[in-house]
Amino acid sequence: MLSDEVQTLREIPIFSSVEPAKLKLLAFACDRMIYRKGQDLFHQGDQGDAAFVLLSGTADVIVSSASGDMTVAEVGRNAVVGEMSALCNIPRTATVRATSKLEALRISNDHFLALTGEFPTVASEIMRTLVTRLSKTTVELVNARQPPTPD
Amino acid sequence: MERSLLRYIWSHTRRQQLWILLVVAASMVPFFLAFDLPKQIINGPIQGNGFEALDERQPFFRIIYDLPVIGRGEFFKGIDLDRQQTLMALSTVFLLLVLINGLFKFYINIYKGRLGERMLRRIRFELVDRVLRFPPKHFKRLKSAEIASIVKDEVEPLGGFTGDAFVLPALLGGQALTTLCFIIVQNVWLGMITACIVGIQLSIIPRMRRRVLELGRLRQLTAREFSGRVSEIVDGIGAVHSNDTSNLERADIAWRLGRIFSIRYDLYQWKFLVKFVNNLFAQVTPFIFYAFGGYFVLIGKLDLGQLVAVIAAYKDLPSPLKDLIDWDQARQDVQIKYGTVCDQFSVEPLIAQSVHALAGGPASRLESSIIISNLTLVDDSGAKLLDEVSTEIKPGETIALVGAAGSGAEAFAEALARLIWPEFGSISIGGQDLLDMPESITGRRIAYASGEPFLLHGSLMDNLLYGLKNAPRPDAAADDEQLIETERYAIEARLAGNVDFLPHRNWIDYQAAGADGPDDLLHKALPTLEDLQISNDIFGLGLRSTIDTKEQATIGARIVELRGSLRKRLVETQLDDMLIPLDFDRYNIQASVGENLLFGTRSQGTSSDLDVITHPSFEQVLHSTGLDRSLYDMGFEIAETTVELFRDVAPQHSFFRRLTFMAAEEIPLYQARLSRCRGLRFERISPDDRASIIALSLAYIEPIHRFGILTEPLMDQLVATRKLFHTDIPDDIAKLIDRHDPERVTASATLLDNVLFGRIASQVADADAHIQAIVKELFRAAGLYENVLSIGLQFDVGAGGKRLSLAQRQKLNLARALMKRSDFTIFNRPLSALDQRVDEEITRGIVQRRNDAEQASTILWVLSDPRVAQIFDRVLFFRRGSLIGNGSYFELAQSNAAFRDFLELPSDRP
Repeated sequence: MLSDEVQTLREIPIFSSVEPAKLKLLAFACDRMIYRKGQDLFHQGDQGDAAFVLLSGTADVIVSSASGDMTVAEVGRNAVVGEMSALCNIPRTATVRATSKLEALRISNDHFLALTGEFPTVASEIMRTLVTRLSKTTVELVNARQPPTPD
Repeated sequence: MERSLLRYIWSHTRRQQLWILLVVAASMVPFFLAFDLPKQIINGPIQGNGFEALDERQPFFRIIYDLPVIGRGEFFKGIDLDRQQTLMALSTVFLLLVLINGLFKFYINIYKGRLGERMLRRIRFELVDRVLRFPPKHFKRLKSAEIASIVKDEVEPLGGFTGDAFVLPALLGGQALTTLCFIIVQNVWLGMITACIVGIQLSIIPRMRRRVLELGRLRQLTAREFSGRVSEIVDGIGAVHSNDTSNLERADIAWRLGRIFSIRYDLYQWKFLVKFVNNLFAQVTPFIFYAFGGYFVLIGKLDLGQLVAVIAAYKDLPSPLKDLIDWDQARQDVQIKYGTVCDQFSVEPLIAQSVHALAGGPASRLESSIIISNLTLVDDSGAKLLDEVSTEIKPGETIALVGAAGSGAEAFAEALARLIWPEFGSISIGGQDLLDMPESITGRRIAYASGEPFLLHGSLMDNLLYGLKNAPRPDAAADDEQLIETERYAIEARLAGNVDFLPHRNWIDYQAAGADGPDDLLHKALPTLEDLQISNDIFGLGLRSTIDTKEQATIGARIVELRGSLRKRLVETQLDDMLIPLDFDRYNIQASVGENLLFGTRSQGTSSDLDVITHPSFEQVLHSTGLDRSLYDMGFEIAETTVELFRDVAPQHSFFRRLTFMAAEEIPLYQARLSRCRGLRFERISPDDRASIIALSLAYIEPIHRFGILTEPLMDQLVATRKLFHTDIPDDIAKLIDRHDPERVTASATLLDNVLFGRIASQVADADAHIQAIVKELFRAAGLYENVLSIGLQFDVGAGGKRLSLAQRQKLNLARALMKRSDFTIFNRPLSALDQRVDEEITRGIVQRRNDAEQASTILWVLSDPRVAQIFDRVLFFRRGSLIGNGSYFELAQSNAAFRDFLELPSDRP
């Protein structure tokens, strides 16, 4: 129901600044989807058309590379995934696969963009999350680049 | 093209022009006879000349001639008639002459009309024929709307002129000359003066009209450009809106219209000035006759009778003269039009006619290498696209063309497909220049597909088979009547210089696709469609079409059986939450309230649920169960929530797409309606408001809209009302609804809905795809898969294929190229609209199938993802127009630094 979804959205940092009436509208404009365990929310390399807010259940974020698949993160309730492709038309950078029965709100690209345009606080909140993620990635990259310690 | 219109007309219609001239000359005889006859009737029988005595008789139709050698001879004595009989006889002859004149006129007009229409058909055909033979480069400068308007509108007057091109000047000139001669014979001086004035008139007026014609040409050009601009706006409407340039376009259109206006206004001024001068000349001549002729009469140098005769004769001069001048203007006018058309269509070098010659038999295979030597390509501006590339392509190779966009790989592929002609250098196959080869070989033995597909308006099937329609095949089953009809068409077509083969004959070359006939064509094409992953789309289109159970009896008979197996399969795989079956005794949560209430689909032609609901007998049912009140309350709540949600949202906002039951502009209406009805008792509310509010509740689907207002008791109430309604259904409503029946096919529902017999749970992720996959499997198991595909292939793709997505269009384009099983297959980033992953999958699939085939085609593929090049025998690597790598993928990856860079392979490995 819309009112439950609004409650969930309010708990998510990037939406916390949006007034409840607007959140209800957003929830109305979104699809509420159910995923089975093992089902993909989206697939790496595909063109992104939506972002997802996890309402219940858990999922793995998996990156596949030449050296095989690698789970880079696990996400659960209130997580937002897929917002990078939704914001700037790039192919999905990872696959998100449900690890339990999962319910999610699917926010299509244009709704998501419209929201960031209307609420600067949403935009800055998204920026904060992205920057945090980037700095984490940078640290990991630096660690990975370091020459292997000689045995 | 022949630049002079008159010469063009003469060269194509000489014989007909002479014939019509002859007929016109012959028609003059009864024409003048009819002139003379009234005088004879009045003078003879009516006034009584020759009938002075009461019972005098006169010979009728006596023929006497004075011949030079034989002397006076009487050929026919005539019949002796009395006065009344003569009157009747002469009147009858008059009537006969009128009839003969009429018939002559009828014949001449029809003949001239046909001549003109044939000419028009010839010119139009020739123009389009030339378009088909334009060099490919030329099309970059063409606007399709302008060409279309030339072929359609601008040559139109040429046809009308053709009939009069020679007949009219001959006729009018003859008349004018006769009159002039007559005047000269009467009086040499007056005759000379008249001739002088006519001479001046004939030389000045056309000169003045030249300006008119020049303006006419300008008008034609501006009008053509105008139509080009209008079509540009229509084609580019997206760019206009996204750049806020609608006012620029308005300004441009207004400016162009202003120009057209000033040209047309100028044209009017000149036209009427010419008219004025022309009239002046025509009136000056009588002035001279009166003034000077009168003077000569007064001083006795001229006989009065002569002057009267001259003046009377002159009366006949201006009108043919004016017509002659008009004809000349028409001639110049169409000549100018024709000239501008010629300019547009005189393009050099045209593709030689022999290249396009119709070839019926199978084309011989291309079994030798393609030799490319010093190939240099330039674009329109002269910039080099490809610089001195030489290589050889051996039959049976698979070659990847790799390079960044604009590196020359695409241009190379286009040159092999003859879409760009070499600036220097050559491409040859078996010693023959590629450009000299007939299209009947290159078009069938070389296949080409790029990322910019061209689809025709027609069905998917038409588009798929387009590449197989190279020549009409002999029709086996044609009856005599058809043959006669065809022959008649062919004769007329040849007379107008058109080709005489019919487009709706059987053109499909089944052998080229490896099939024996129409029946196993789909079977042969299926692997290709599967490789391209388009068979799924086509299957989906087939599923979403409504089927005629009479035509598709094999499918129709088994739908009910398929329903059962689908349900069984879903239950077995525990996916039955994806599909909520339609059950007469239960509420279907995935269907709208309206659907649940009616429990049926509207048969074609009826407008909306509301029409049924507001039907008096249905209202009765609703009222008796009290459901009207519940639905009203529900609709009221929906309206309140919706208005609250959307009150402040701009009508263009993307959120409105979600709002299926209310349009953006209806929000204020509902707001007013709510304040009107709030607090009122149900009975007091106007029927209009009530219906609009109930309509909202009918569209409501709980899992999609999620307002949480559909309660268990309400659902029970809805099901109860449904039962009540269906037990005692009035005939006129029964006609509007096709009731869901588990044992019967619903004609107005799609094939998919018929098989599902339920509603897919919208909130279950990918339920659509899952169920479609299962349905596909079931159809396969039942042996009906190809039947559904052939239904899907009947889907109309719309103008330019716009009803398909770009990805689907690209796949279809690729499938079309693969259908003809060519010797050389050239693909130029054919799947650029697809996800990289899918693109790669399809590429691998096609190359794999080609490797497994018996007669392996040579493949040249411009790849979007260079890594796929691994599966090709050889890689040609292009950079900035040069071929800088030629070898297998692994050789290049080892030794070619630029290639490694391009692939972003690490520059050196430890």
